[in-house]
Amino acid sequence: MERERAADGAGLRPPPWRDVRVLRIAFQVLVVGIVAGLGLYLVGNLTSNLDRQGIRTDFGYLSQPAGFAIADTSFRSTDSVLDALKVGIRNTAVLSLIGIVFALFLGIVVGVARLSRNWLVRKAAAVYVESLRNIPVLVIIIFFYIAVVLRLPPIQQASEWFGAAVISNSGAVLPSLRDAGAANLFTLFVVAGFVAGAAVAWMRTRRFDRTGEPHHRVLWFAGVFFVVAGAAYLVLGRPVAFSLPVRDGLVVAGGIRMPPEFAAMLVGLVVYTASHIAEIVRGSILAVARGQSEAATALGLTDFQRLRFVVLPQAFRIMIPPLANQFLNLTKNSSLAVFIGYADVASVTGIIVSQGNPAPQSIVLLMAVYLVFSLTISLVTNTVNRRMTLTTR
Amino acid sequence: MTALPEETVRIPNEALRPPVHARSPREWIKENLFPNAFNSVLTVVFGAIIMWAVVRTARFVFVTAQWSIVRANLTNFMVGFFPRDEIWRIWVAMMLLAVVTGLRWGSGGRRRIAERTPQPLRQSLKPLWPPALLAVAIIVLSGSAVTAGLITALFLAGFGGRIAGAALPQPIGRWTGVALAVTLVVAYVLVAGPGGSGASLWRGLLLTMALAAAGIALSFPIGVLLALGRRSSFPAIRVLCVGYIELIRGVPLITLLFMAFLILGFFLPPGAEIPTLVTRALVALVLFTAAYLAEVVRGGLQAVPKGQIEAAQALGLSPVTITRRIVLPQALRAVLPAIVGQFISLFKDTSLVGFIGLTELLGVAQQVTKQPEFLGLGLHAETLVFASFIYWVGAYGMSRASQRMETRLGVGER
Repeated sequence: MERERAADGAGLRPPPWRDVRVLRIAFQVLVVGIVAGLGLYLVGNLTSNLDRQGIRTDFGYLSQPAGFAIADTSFRSTDSVLDALKVGIRNTAVLSLIGIVFALFLGIVVGVARLSRNWLVRKAAAVYVESLRNIPVLVIIIFFYIAVVLRLPPIQQASEWFGAAVISNSGAVLPSLRDAGAANLFTLFVVAGFVAGAAVAWMRTRRFDRTGEPHHRVLWFAGVFFVVAGAAYLVLGRPVAFSLPVRDGLVVAGGIRMPPEFAAMLVGLVVYTASHIAEIVRGSILAVARGQSEAATALGLTDFQRLRFVVLPQAFRIMIPPLANQFLNLTKNSSLAVFIGYADVASVTGIIVSQGNPAPQSIVLLMAVYLVFSLTISLVTNTVNRRMTLTTR
Repeated sequence: MTALPEETVRIPNEALRPPVHARSPREWIKENLFPNAFNSVLTVVFGAIIMWAVVRTARFVFVTAQWSIVRANLTNFMVGFFPRDEIWRIWVAMMLLAVVTGLRWGSGGRRRIAERTPQPLRQSLKPLWPPALLAVAIIVLSGSAVTAGLITALFLAGFGGRIAGAALPQPIGRWTGVALAVTLVVAYVLVAGPGGSGASLWRGLLLTMALAAAGIALSFPIGVLLALGRRSSFPAIRVLCVGYIELIRGVPLITLLFMAFLILGFFLPPGAEIPTLVTRALVALVLFTAAYLAEVVRGGLQAVPKGQIEAAQALGLSPVTITRRIVLPQALRAVLPAIVGQFISLFKDTSLVGFIGLTELLGVAQQVTKQPEFLGLGLHAETLVFASFIYWVGAYGMSRASQRMETRLGVGER
């Protein structure tokens, strides 16, 4: 401070209206003032309009009975609006999570196929990517819903796949696990087995880093996991049982039911997002320096080893940030469920508003829910990214 | 540098060239389809699946599909309820646009490079195959010689413009961009102005194209300003821009459409006229796309070397001139493919406006199946396939055009 003033020379300082430091602050104050003024004006309009129409401006409506039921759930019309939102949030989360897993898998397969030596495979993957990437995801979802899922045979003529699945236009019923006495305890043991397996795998990795002897960590993990889970299964005496769907006239007993809307959403989101992920995978593999591949071949690695141990680990590092973006897109696109009536959080909000509940609060809540989803995904992927980033000098 | 002895320098030209090895079809098949056991199995299995898919698709397109629903509603798909007597306005507007777009394409705009070798006609026709395919499909479906003639005239107008544009002297060639903007306004007035039909009554492809065009024109400047704001040296402006961008990017477009539909009216002063649905949809699309564009442009701004700005400052250029003449041209060129990618997203996102009650291309595809003569026939697949084909032509065409522009501007090379 002292030095600056001395350099300026007290008398040489320009008048405030020409002093760039003053002008900078004045400009920012002006801009913030304009934005804040505009915001206040709009919010003022909003509240006065709401008051005049007698719409409440608080969040009290959340605890009132919803007045509508949600299909395929235990939610009844006497439950509160907040509970309806919770059902919607859970559905969005389930749909996005399953969608991300399948889209990632399909995307990697198609992306690798686009680089195949096999002309037929390469071209087929290219046609898949170039056609699905350039069609709106909403059109794909609606197509799967109206032109595929709803055109399946009715439940009377449902196709039964070797007794494992019953598929009709009222959804697919898939095999599931059923509580046969001590499911909760058994779940606990499964989790314990997973943790123990992960710990052993970690120890094997440490040992491998130290001594260089083969780690076989996947085998060790699987071994520990199955020993713990199997022992628990035997000791608890069949705590859970497989439940296969059995069709009897118009009802299907057993299994877990996947509503047609969910199936259409899932397939639409997965095939669309996979086409984008495939491009990311292809780009990342191409971005790995060619010399790496050539060196691996020169060392005598097979095609599979080259991909598994040399190319993919490096490509994976490049693809995390754009993949994270696609995961976010899939989660946000799950809101398209409003068009086919799957009860995700956006559809539920739509129903809530149509029941006469205040729209501004509902939409703010909806935005907050999606922001939380987005932030969670960003947090997870950023953590993975940080751990994967190559530490350079 | 001392000259090397003649003998060592002179290598016969033939030895420098790589040997040319023309592969016979047999070798090609061996190399690309049956290089080893695994790939041979893959080829056989995949070949069977692809054959099945191709046969199924061909059977649907040429045999089982009842295209009568699309044939009967072709005009509805294109322009909705636009007064049938006034459709000449749309044709005239398209002709004008075709000529001026051709002019701009041929003149190469401001960036014409004198030494650029003119492309052979075949090469420049190649990117036009998706629209040409659509044109053929429309002509076949309409079965009308008038439509066929008009569409052919449209293509010819474009090419005529291109040839004329290539012959334009440079000073005039620069103005083709302005001419294009003016023509867009003229086209809008012609279609929506007196005698025509206002934008709030538009439907079908017309609405889709109008929303996409207006959305691109409005979101681009806003996106650039937001990106500049995010990189600004004023902390307050930076915070405002970051807040806006991250908020919008964290929520789906549906929530903005919800807002535009349900509560935009509440934000206006009492007694004010509530904007039309088209305006509201456009506001949501523009606000949404601008945030994504801002992030893309920011990437470009970060790619401009600092030395460029410092050199410009050393030359005494003002900050505005530096941004306009030095930073932005380089930044936008660097991220051109991603910008076009956002425009493609916007084009695809227009399919969501059906949520607030507008009937664009997808809306028409769903509504025509409810017409009395087609109700209950389950012809959804036909209409949806036709609609998605049009979307595909638009999006794929744009991505191809951006790839061509990329090579022409030498992105990643200069």
